[in-house]
Amino acid sequence: MSVRTLRIDGRDVASADGATVLEAAGDAGVAIPTLCHLEGLSPVAACRLCLVEIEGSPRLQPACITPVSEGMVVHTATPRLREIRRTVIELLFTEGNHVCAVCVANGHCELQDRAVEVGMDHSRLPYRFPDRPVDLSHQRFGLDHNRCILCSRCVRVCDEVEGAHVWDVAWRGEHCRIIAGLDQPWGAVDACTDCGKCVMVCPTGALFHKGDSEGEKHEDPSRLAALLRARRARQEAP
Amino acid sequence: MSQPAKLRLATVWLAGCSGCHMSFLDLDEWLIELAPRIEMVFSPIASDTKTYPEAVDVALVEGGVGNSDNLALIRQVRQRTRLLVSFGDCAITANVPGLRNPLAGPAAVLDRSYLDLADGSAQWPHAPGLVPELLERVLPVHELVPVDLFLPGCPPPAGRIRAVLEALLQGERPLMEGPEMIRFG
Ligand code: SF4
Ligand code: SF4
Ligand code: SF4
Ligand code: FES
Repeated sequence: MSVRTLRIDGRDVASADGATVLEAAGDAGVAIPTLCHLEGLSPVAACRLCLVEIEGSPRLQPACITPVSEGMVVHTATPRLREIRRTVIELLFTEGNHVCAVCVANGHCELQDRAVEVGMDHSRLPYRFPDRPVDLSHQRFGLDHNRCILCSRCVRVCDEVEGAHVWDVAWRGEHCRIIAGLDQPWGAVDACTDCGKCVMVCPTGALFHKGDSEGEKHEDPSRLAALLRARRARQEAP
Repeated sequence: MSQPAKLRLATVWLAGCSGCHMSFLDLDEWLIELAPRIEMVFSPIASDTKTYPEAVDVALVEGGVGNSDNLALIRQVRQRTRLLVSFGDCAITANVPGLRNPLAGPAAVLDRSYLDLADGSAQWPHAPGLVPELLERVLPVHELVPVDLFLPGCPPPAGRIRAVLEALLQGERPLMEGPEMIRFG
């Protein structure tokens, strides 16, 4: 395994070739906020919260998909990045309808947590209040598009781990949303095995167990990573 | 130097459930410590004054701006107040009252509330000058007038309210950081 050396926030870091800046930062104890990223799923850079500055590059790069390279100099917490991260979170809150007080994920929501981390005490952008539907056609689960931040974790876990590929991301711009099957009600999609993995990894209250009320969603997306690690270890055992 | 004058405090109730005010009352015995240090000049829970006074130091404003009365009052509050605090999620995000915003305007809301769900004598409340008109949308306070401080939570926990008031009483700006001070919900 060849090793790359780089600098992150003034620290010298040695990292495996092929690692991402996010992984290298994690190894060095530098926390970069993320939302769409989840260990065990392919990275897609959907949320842009993990943007970093790389010296010599005019553009900001998402740490979760940018590979390390020799001699790279990375900054993860400049005032400009802090300002952008807060704005990204404000955009996520204002483009949907996030009524935390009545949400199943209230108190157990990664979006709420990120808002606290970036210091968002209010949004400087106007709220849009779009008209978005709720799909309650599945026997056990529900989907509230009002709280979906289009991280695509559900899309990836259903495809890459469960192998059912129920979800996709459809349409563009303000019409962009996740769809089940060929834009069918979730409950009408035979491919769904009712495994609940998509609900487990959803960072918000968008996917939930029916019957859960305010604050009752206690999913822990890191459980999935632990399961996948255990599965891999078993497969690799002699 | 003379003793600093007491802090002229107001609390205002717009389109909210009064939960933020209830949380204020949850300050329990600390209210007794607070009382001698302030002059409560306007409040739905602590004063009979109907007109918003002049020269208010601090106003805690609960609720979004949802009707014509809310709008007139918040403009007056802004004009007459040094430090306007958005008090709770409804003031800051529109929150629960804002649930009506994705619907097609006030008529849809009034139809649903007063016609569809009525047991008998279905009719819209219509008393011009008496029943305030609903605005097109319930808006966060800072989308209409400048706000100086944001105190989130639905409702904000009493401890968070106390931390803010203690700082203000000492003439300082509270540090609004971390889950203790700024979580929505
Ligand atoms: S998903 Fe729910 S708890 Fe999370 S930010 Fe949205 S409304 Fe609030
Ligand atoms: S419950 Fe399982 S199979 Fe069904 S959509 Fe979710 S992840 Fe896919
Ligand atoms: S439903 Fe949840 S997991 Fe799926 S894209 Fe929306 S926020 Fe992400
Ligand atoms: S975590 Fe990198 S873009 Fe979402």
